[in-house]
Amino acid sequence: MAKLTQEKLLKMYSQMVLIRQFEARIEGIYGKGAIPGEMHLSIGQEAIAVGVCTNLRADDAATSTHRAHNHLIAKGVDLKKMAAELFGRETGLCKGKGGHMHLFDPSIKFGCGGIVGAGMPLAVGSGLAFKRKGLDSVSVVFFGEGAANQGTFHESLNLAALWKLPVIFVCEDNHYGISVTKEMSTAVKSNADRALSYGIPGISADGNDVVEVYNVAEAAVARARKGEGPSLIELQTYRLKGHFEGDPEVYKPKAEQEEALQHEPIVRLEKILLAEYGVSQEELTEIKEARQVEIEEAIKFAESSPWPKPEEALEDVFVAGGAF
Amino acid sequence: MSRILTFAQAISEGMAQEMERDDRVFLMGEDVGRYGGIFGTDVGLYDKFGPDRVIDTPISESAFIGAGTGAAMEGLRPIVELMFVDFFGVAMDQIFNQMAKNTYMSGGRNSVPMVLRTAIGGGYGDAAQHSQILYSLFAHVPGIKVVVPSTPYDAKGLMISAIRDDNPVMFFEHKLLAGLDWLPFGVKGEVPEESYTVPIGKAEIKRTGKDLTIVTASLMVHRALAAAEKLSSEGIEAEIIDLRSLVPLDKETILTSVAKTHRLLIVDEDYLSYGMSGEIAAVVAEEGLYDLEAPVKRLAVPDVPIPFSHPMEDFVLPNEKKIAAAAKDLLKA
Repeated sequence: MAKLTQEKLLKMYSQMVLIRQFEARIEGIYGKGAIPGEMHLSIGQEAIAVGVCTNLRADDAATSTHRAHNHLIAKGVDLKKMAAELFGRETGLCKGKGGHMHLFDPSIKFGCGGIVGAGMPLAVGSGLAFKRKGLDSVSVVFFGEGAANQGTFHESLNLAALWKLPVIFVCEDNHYGISVTKEMSTAVKSNADRALSYGIPGISADGNDVVEVYNVAEAAVARARKGEGPSLIELQTYRLKGHFEGDPEVYKPKAEQEEALQHEPIVRLEKILLAEYGVSQEELTEIKEARQVEIEEAIKFAESSPWPKPEEALEDVFVAGGAF
Repeated sequence: MSRILTFAQAISEGMAQEMERDDRVFLMGEDVGRYGGIFGTDVGLYDKFGPDRVIDTPISESAFIGAGTGAAMEGLRPIVELMFVDFFGVAMDQIFNQMAKNTYMSGGRNSVPMVLRTAIGGGYGDAAQHSQILYSLFAHVPGIKVVVPSTPYDAKGLMISAIRDDNPVMFFEHKLLAGLDWLPFGVKGEVPEESYTVPIGKAEIKRTGKDLTIVTASLMVHRALAAAEKLSSEGIEAEIIDLRSLVPLDKETILTSVAKTHRLLIVDEDYLSYGMSGEIAAVVAEEGLYDLEAPVKRLAVPDVPIPFSHPMEDFVLPNEKKIAAAAKDLLKA
């Protein structure tokens, strides 16, 4: 496998930093009560989103979960519109009707939702649409290891394999379904092994190593674009935060968390950039500062955006018109 | 040019004409291809359009209904067939939380131009898990248009409207209307050869009358029409409204009729409580109460699952005799 260029790796680093710093900022704001609802952060899971999405184009679809900030940012969302949606403002991606768990951006073909395992059939559908239209676009669906025990996982894998659809199933194994560990919930050691049942490639990789994620995703995307069908990728990571903000995390061993911090993806990538690519600490700091400026602009935009009019709640149940 | 078609043939023709007109339209579901649909609604489509556009799916309702939603969000116009409405339970999340809500949750930036067809109804001994109506469940959840045709003419015209609509439309096809050898009843009727639409959200007055209004839908329209003939011979003239759509609901036609007849009987093959009959009664109570000269009367399945054995099934389903008796009771009130 060819070594990634410094430019490409720095670009991925920059995206990972954007996700991390954006979520850290959101965490602080959420704690003060300015964002309603639940808040599921993806801190520690940035490499998966960036490693996969760096292989995608705007015309490729991505479907995600309740923990979707990382994927949405990596897919290339306008951060201002995203922040405004989290704040429930009229200028948000969904005009304040979706919020943190239901983020849609058709301009980059992104959607997510709060029902575990529900995104997979939808991704099969966009893959089906791409194939029917004769396009080489692909559809990626992110889901947790907990969702791999839903019926939709098996139904969707079977359907995508049966119809040879350009769908990449990305199992983000962060080890926890709220408090239940993978060992408590899953009969097989690796969800990648389940690909065998559907006659498709199943790959397990280190989800905290962005280079490894990039490489396995690249192969799966290439396979899908060529019309060779779906792949299942399991990526090992760790949920550094609670299931949601406010989770007391009484079920997480302290030693395990400390160990996980040693392997978190941004620190690991920094080590590689410094040691193998000759990037200086100053350059990394510059990237962090530049991204923080963007984040502050996005937050400012969100905070200063108008609230939706209350009666707008009655709009958008249906769209007007049709192919008459 | 009109010909006589069965209800099932009319549905098939509506789909075929839209598939010819718009190559984004395709059909998928269980046994829709070589079999032609268990209730004969897809006969001829596979031969005409091939396996690429008439797609037999595995028995995976969550996956293929969800795939319909995903494909619709990418600009295709899928028709998805859920063989019996009773099977919705295995795919409820994909229907209620995905198909119905993605438009709203995206602030109207995504749309789901999809038709979800399904077979409904009892009266042929298929018991509790294959005889339900359940349209009220889907009408309850915002974001789904609910269409319930009763005649071949409406079935074709509403099918074409449903396919062209940019929103999810659920299309409820009563099995006893289909016109199959192995099922009782069956309706035939004049259907124009050419393409036409029947608007979604518009009820139809099937029979005019001055003495009471009967609001109903689907198979029960035919039961009510038969009852009305009997009532007429006894000097009672019933006005019969075929709702045709539950969402959007044509309140105006109902309220105008009640203002004329002053009496309302609602006939529903669905369960009595928390359903269509209650909704119509509520609409009239809220917006037409002072037009009523007697309390609203409802005839529906008395909140029990559909039993298997004929004497018991007949006992719980509304029929011509029960409708006539309820109408007479209402006039005595």
